[in-house]
Amino acid sequence: MASLDDLKKRIASVKSTQKITKAMKMVAAAKLKRAQDSAEKGRPYSEKMNNIILNLSEGISDKENAPKLLSGTGKDQIHLCVVMTSDRGLCGGFNSNIIKKAKSYFSRLSSEGKELKIITVGSKGNDQLKRVFGDKIIENISFKNSKNANFFDAEKVSKIIIEKFQKDEFDICTIFFNQFKNVITQIPQAQQIIPLKTDINDKEKSEDNYEFEPDEDEILTNLLPKNISTQIFKAMLENSASEQGARMSAMDNATRNAGEMVDKLTIEYNRSRQAAITKELIEIISGAESL
Amino acid sequence: MGEEFKFEVVNPEKSFLSKEDVTEVVVPAFEGEMGILKDHISIISFLKPGIIKVYSKTGEEKYYVEDGIIEFKNNNLSILTSSIFNIKDIEKNKIDEMLRKAEEEIKRDKVNDQVKFLIDQKIEVLKSIN
Repeated sequence: MASLDDLKKRIASVKSTQKITKAMKMVAAAKLKRAQDSAEKGRPYSEKMNNIILNLSEGISDKENAPKLLSGTGKDQIHLCVVMTSDRGLCGGFNSNIIKKAKSYFSRLSSEGKELKIITVGSKGNDQLKRVFGDKIIENISFKNSKNANFFDAEKVSKIIIEKFQKDEFDICTIFFNQFKNVITQIPQAQQIIPLKTDINDKEKSEDNYEFEPDEDEILTNLLPKNISTQIFKAMLENSASEQGARMSAMDNATRNAGEMVDKLTIEYNRSRQAAITKELIEIISGAESL
Repeated sequence: MGEEFKFEVVNPEKSFLSKEDVTEVVVPAFEGEMGILKDHISIISFLKPGIIKVYSKTGEEKYYVEDGIIEFKNNNLSILTSSIFNIKDIEKNKIDEMLRKAEEEIKRDKVNDQVKFLIDQKIEVLKSIN
């Protein structure tokens, strides 16, 4: 059995760990509120954008010559995967969940004989992926210095993606991120952004015809890059809300576990202290009796 | 009521402005300024750098935009933009800073005509409000 002193030290160290996890939980809770707010505020923009694109792509006159960002290159040989993770750890399964989702997608691609290229956003994803897919990672972007997800960062990422697309470096682009459902549940998502998947079902078809100025094609050419930024920004917002949620529940668990451990160790400590006292008493009594 | 319609400006980060009682909005559309009144035909267009003028009963407001998309439908005007400022709130040194950046950008060789045109517009507008 560990000595009294050792036990005392362990209790102290668990207690101080608990203090840290408790503080982290509080911080995450405060940040979560903010991240959730901004995710909600960002929604109208991406919804409107989606809506307009939907209307445009329906009204486009010449489907053959539609912008490539919408219609794709006609091949699906080279896949670009943008894996969006956090820059900081200690947030439970947040990063691993995205990576798991991405990895299963990767292995499906390679079994189909497709070529794979990876861009990682956030250093944690890069750390986990470079061991197995190191040679596939063509770019690693990290926004350690930005405090909150902002549109400027999203535009940077989309610029890189579009540049690569225009150089014919890939045919299909998919982004991986965690969708925020609630504090305990985050759903890893894979979303294809190039070519754009227009899902007509999720939107009521608009009846009226729009007038376009200039014509549809030109608007689309201008709009599609913006839409990519918007999608990425949306993913970043969802991700940051998810990250804080995951961290909050992870730290909550850690705090609880530390509390249990302190209780257990305290009982053990008291028991061994009692045992030591009893032992001493026995020694004194038996000493006195022998006299 | 009567001549009023709904007007909304959305940024990626938040809803920037929402008004129920505007009577006319003039936007710097790509092919020229466009005034929008109630019961305008449904239209989608995009913006070049310029000034959005919003008229309502309470008076006139002006906003500076760099780019954006407008959509008008069922007497709802929405503008999606990533860069918009109320001209009242914008500080002079910020305008100077933006002007300086734009002038730097136009000096680079690789800009194509369309980009050049947009930056030219931007400089002109910035100068006019300065």
